[in-house]
Amino acid sequence: MPTVYVNNTPVEIGADERLNCIQVAQRAGVEVPHYCYHPALSVVASCRMCLVEVGEKKPDGSIAMQPKLFPGCQTPVKDGTVVVCDSDKVKAAQKATLEYLLLNHPLDCPVCDQAGECGLQDYSYKYGRGYSRLNENKNIKPDKDYIGDQITLFTDRCIICTRCVRFTREVSGTGELQLINRGSHEEIDIFPGEPCNNKLAGNVVDLCPVGALCSKDFLYEQRVWWLKTKNSVCPGCSTGCSITVDQNDDHLYRLKPRTNLLAQGYFMCDEGRFGWKYIHSEKRLTAPQQKQGSQQSAGLWDQVFPTAKSALEQAVKAQPSRFAAIISPWSTVEEAFLLAKTLKDLSPEVTLALGPVRSGEDDVFPKTVTGKPPAQVKFTIRGEKAPNRKGVEQVLQHFQGEVIPFDTIAGQVQQQKFDGLFVLNADPEVAWCPEFVTAAGKLKLLIVEDFLANPLTDAATYVFAGGAWAEKDGTFVNHAGLAQGIARALRGPGEARPDGRILWELAGRSGLFRAATVRQEISKEITAFAPLILGDLGEQGVMLSSANNEPAKEAALAGSAAS
Amino acid sequence: MPINESDVTWVSEPKMNFWESTFLPAIFQGLKVTASHIDGHTVTQQYPEEPVKLPMHYRGVHRLNRDDQGRVKCVACMMCATACPANCISIIATEAPKNDPVWEGRDKYPASFELDELRCIYCGMCEEACPCDAIELTHIYDLTGKTREEMIFNKDKLLSVFDQTKDSGVDPVRTHRGKLSGTADFQSLPPLAPATSVNPDDRSAKASSPGVISR
Repeated sequence: MPTVYVNNTPVEIGADERLNCIQVAQRAGVEVPHYCYHPALSVVASCRMCLVEVGEKKPDGSIAMQPKLFPGCQTPVKDGTVVVCDSDKVKAAQKATLEYLLLNHPLDCPVCDQAGECGLQDYSYKYGRGYSRLNENKNIKPDKDYIGDQITLFTDRCIICTRCVRFTREVSGTGELQLINRGSHEEIDIFPGEPCNNKLAGNVVDLCPVGALCSKDFLYEQRVWWLKTKNSVCPGCSTGCSITVDQNDDHLYRLKPRTNLLAQGYFMCDEGRFGWKYIHSEKRLTAPQQKQGSQQSAGLWDQVFPTAKSALEQAVKAQPSRFAAIISPWSTVEEAFLLAKTLKDLSPEVTLALGPVRSGEDDVFPKTVTGKPPAQVKFTIRGEKAPNRKGVEQVLQHFQGEVIPFDTIAGQVQQQKFDGLFVLNADPEVAWCPEFVTAAGKLKLLIVEDFLANPLTDAATYVFAGGAWAEKDGTFVNHAGLAQGIARALRGPGEARPDGRILWELAGRSGLFRAATVRQEISKEITAFAPLILGDLGEQGVMLSSANNEPAKEAALAGSAAS
Repeated sequence: MPINESDVTWVSEPKMNFWESTFLPAIFQGLKVTASHIDGHTVTQQYPEEPVKLPMHYRGVHRLNRDDQGRVKCVACMMCATACPANCISIIATEAPKNDPVWEGRDKYPASFELDELRCIYCGMCEEACPCDAIELTHIYDLTGKTREEMIFNKDKLLSVFDQTKDSGVDPVRTHRGKLSGTADFQSLPPLAPATSVNPDDRSAKASSPGVISR
């Protein structure tokens, strides 16, 4: 095994691994500060922050160091490479580089949105010198408040790392951003009339190590040190991007992508990033509802829930073959399992079906000038707008042996083959066809569990006010069979409850709903979910099918190296 | 544990001599102190008949300072709200309108600034945290109100406190910087003007002239 020495610590790397000094230092637990380097982008070595001393250990044991410092991001390592990141020479270089970067950087941290998660702040504190020796006035360039619909540029804060430029050229392939002018007049800009509005544009804000590119959506909304962060999964499409949910006082402020090479890589699309607004919609259901006569009225859980539960049990017992349940592909595996198990325990003759799946064309990046598909796909926005179709299908397959698609069950409802229907929905943009809603409204019993008011909840006998994805714990299985955990990051409005809790109580179980426990139960009962046996899915998630496990492990290894 | 006899030192009252036993010197000493205070000098302040004299560092009702153009100096960085141990400050920030001469040179200002004077413990942490000297505590101590709502001061009320106190003599505006990031605005900067202490080992600390690092 090739051995690299980082600050006198030997680090073994794989025989065919191609790593640079930053990556190998990370393995040794040493931080090499860097701005322009990003594992998903090409290397330009322009910020000079990662300068390290590099040398080679000869076979006779002597060490020959290069006389000058080298950029760690651009210097590959091999067997016997010696990397020194903490010598006086390196520290002096880091200090000097930071002083240069800060020469013209305005000290407007109080008004800057990045303050608190800023690369310049962090590195200045760790490696910088704490005061400026600049006697001249700072070079201040005018702000550009329209770089894109979602992006604003504070030009004077930019340190010209060109991460954003490389992102639009290499990952989104749209190339809107560029550097104009030279020397200290250099600034990021767009071609006039060609704003940065591609579907991945929001990522340049995350990539920006300083507060130059800011998201208009989040601008001045909240100071970042007030945000509480939970790991979750974007439900926007079946890619299942790993994200973090940032909230304060039960108000969601932003979603950010989290590096997960098993799922999506480093980025997320703008549809997912800004598509969470329905969580604070005025159409949110805030209390359970019950229809009395033709009027629906909001009630208390203690009153509505037992009535609904006994009505459900009676309907199933009376004629089980005339009762059906529809489980949305936006529901978690745990919810699907709890509902399916409860109903099938009441009677195996109950029909279970999959809710409507919105599907369309996949959108792949980078875009090419000719419009042809790219040689190497770097990001995919999937056409299937559901986070958990695979997971719900596995549950239905287990309990019923087949997956009944929504169109079939909707047809059967319209043909009056059922008396009772339980609809578990979590899709905020679900479009129920009017015929189905009319037919469902005429049923003897229609229980709808949802979090947004829609025509079907208006027609329901009982409505359970559930939670949006950010308000519940559970598991989503993405298009590739990767099971990732979502976490309850905020509380729902009013009396709304997380769906897992509602279904746990519907099952008549004692104690509290806990996703990890249900996950373990599922893994014991359904073979396909056997890899979830630990209950905890970790940050990266767990691949379900064993056939996919090997590449997954490799990707995980590569990911831990790259991140 | 009992105390060892060798650790104990026994002391006894000193014996009084003749004059001491008459107590007359002690009486005259006491009368001397009394006499020294019969010069009309008083320490007691006759509050509320007379206005009270407060020390310069007194911490009373807050004010929001105005900059040289009369705009609110606060940039809504929310450092005060972060530092506040009583959680009495709530700020809603907003973007300063672009191309508006009124807000020229400003990115962000508080759309709403509310300070609950009842919840406040007058510790002065907000003043200390403020990076642009926008919030200051004044000498106003006699604060009354008929309702709790009245005691929640909004931006206008805090600015009016500034207008009321800026010329009172005891509440001077502490700095006239008026802007953020003052380092670039200093007319003259000493060769080493550290925001934080300079490490004497730093090469820059040994520099013979500013901007030149000697090896």
